[in-house]
Amino acid sequence: MTAEVTTQGLTKHFGEVHAVDDLDLEIADGEFFSMLGPSGSGKTTVLRMVAGFERPTKGRILLGDADVTDLPPYRRDVNTVFQDYAIFPHMDVIRNVEYGLRVKRVDRKERRRRAEEALATVRLEGYGGRKPSQLSGGQRQRVALARALVNRPKVLLLDEPLGALDLKLRREMQLELKQIQRDVGITFVFVTHDQEEALSMSDRVAVFQDGRVEQVATPVQLYEEPASEFVAGFVGTSNRIGAADARRLLGTPGEYAVRPERLRVVPAGASVERGELMLPGRVREVVYLGPTTHAMVELDGGATLTVSRPNAGGAEPPLEVSDRMVAVALHRNSLIALSGGTEETEETA
Amino acid sequence: MTSPAHTAPARAKKPERGSLLSRSGGLRTFVLLLPPMMWLGVAYLAALAALFITSLWGQNDFTGDIERIWTLDNYRQIWEIPVYRTIAFRTIGIAALVTVIDAVLAFPIALYMAKVASPRVRRLLVISVLMPLWASYLVKAYAWRGMFSDGGVIDWLGKPFGIQSPGYGLAATTITLAYLWLPYMILPVYAGLERVPDSLFEASGDLGAGALTTIRRVVLPMAFPAIVAGSIFTFSLSLGDFIAVTIVGGASQLIGTVVYTNVGVANNLPFAAAYATIPVVVMLVYLYAVRRTGALENL
Repeated sequence: MTAEVTTQGLTKHFGEVHAVDDLDLEIADGEFFSMLGPSGSGKTTVLRMVAGFERPTKGRILLGDADVTDLPPYRRDVNTVFQDYAIFPHMDVIRNVEYGLRVKRVDRKERRRRAEEALATVRLEGYGGRKPSQLSGGQRQRVALARALVNRPKVLLLDEPLGALDLKLRREMQLELKQIQRDVGITFVFVTHDQEEALSMSDRVAVFQDGRVEQVATPVQLYEEPASEFVAGFVGTSNRIGAADARRLLGTPGEYAVRPERLRVVPAGASVERGELMLPGRVREVVYLGPTTHAMVELDGGATLTVSRPNAGGAEPPLEVSDRMVAVALHRNSLIALSGGTEETEETA
Repeated sequence: MTSPAHTAPARAKKPERGSLLSRSGGLRTFVLLLPPMMWLGVAYLAALAALFITSLWGQNDFTGDIERIWTLDNYRQIWEIPVYRTIAFRTIGIAALVTVIDAVLAFPIALYMAKVASPRVRRLLVISVLMPLWASYLVKAYAWRGMFSDGGVIDWLGKPFGIQSPGYGLAATTITLAYLWLPYMILPVYAGLERVPDSLFEASGDLGAGALTTIRRVVLPMAFPAIVAGSIFTFSLSLGDFIAVTIVGGASQLIGTVVYTNVGVANNLPFAAAYATIPVVVMLVYLYAVRRTGALENL
């Protein structure tokens, strides 16, 4: 795999704040790469340094083989889709889309043709004459995308581009963005704080926290094998089993996480499969969430586990809050060993 | 198995719309607004109307008393006597020139204040732009008289470069007016540029434009309404000025000085009123012309 974007020891300090700390990343050619993290984790700063809007305090940025660390934004072969879209309000849609070609002195006919083509890519044919103020949020987002794509950059940088859209539109745009990325074959670097968005669109995801990368992995690896407690908690939900609970309940040292959908609530005294543990407890709360129902089970000894059950219309007895003893069935294979877990327990997990 | 509950939560009652506008508050609003509206209506617009009415009266040539007979003679004189026509056009020309000079000077300063300077430098600049407004207009004009005087500051500073003071006249008047009204251009342009999101500057650079191209294609078009808003101030203030031209203008006459001498020396109030109507009409035409630029929303 050839690296399209490489950062080496990339560091950015804003005064006392270390926004990005010694970051090494390699983003492959044609990859849909997401940078996921809570606000203030440094993901947007990395994007802005790749775009050229911020100068790194230390470290280097390569596009392909070329060192672009000291180049201004207009000399870099990358384009950005901004969080607020940054559509020029005094130009109509086609002039917005043409802008990059116009300042690069592409001739008029060619410019129009490519702009129309870019508008077609984002399914906005016939919108060229509209003013930005006449467009909906989703349409503006598409214009911003077309305006960036028309330049055929090596890398497209997207800074939380779906953040301002409502949920339904966001889901549609997620699929469409992925589709467009496949069609144009450009490397996408996508910044988001929405883990579902990152999982559903990306080839690989880098999870950021406090200016550092916690893990770079495919969505499946990220969810199934989170490298740290932070990743386990931030990507999806998980039950954390601390060292004391692990020793008492599981009989093993170390700390663990387990996904709610890997747990089942069963009647007390139900038969145990091989490798399965039965943890007795009582259902303290039930939350109906549409496709699933969550039950909070307080185990004997104090720890509480969240159990997720799909509402598949089966014949299972309904989950109810009661003082009746039930058990949580937990397969050892479902345990995710977190940092602090020994080599030995990682193998059994 | 678990059927979704269909009980939609009862919608919270919307709060009553602005209680100030509600029925009982209507009276209060009226009472609160009455004094300022009286001021605007009676003291302000009525004075303007009185001016216009006076301009349609005549004057007894012997006694100098105002004769309350409707006549268009004053306006006819303005049009037919060449010197009045020349002075009117000269005044409009100088006001336009002052406006252009101020726009050219204000734009870079405002851009620097709004988008480049650190918050501390920005505060200092805002204060230094505003500071001359705290000093009397008369004193500032006299200060410029000193600058333009023979052997004054301009002569002294310009000597190594072979530059001489233009002396008292229209050039000195234009420079002094451009100085006096510069803050009225800087402040609206600064406010207008501050409203342009940084991301537009970044987007332009990102798409391949250097700084100058960004200014030409993005910043200037977006600042244009604010520049027009500033021009409304600089243009109208220049049209009406008589102090600067009296102090640094030498023998030059502008609309303001003609009005002043007709009120004072010549004691021909109706003619002065008619001549003073010119800047009002010019401004109305100007405001009408720029209404489409969005400048009036930028004031």
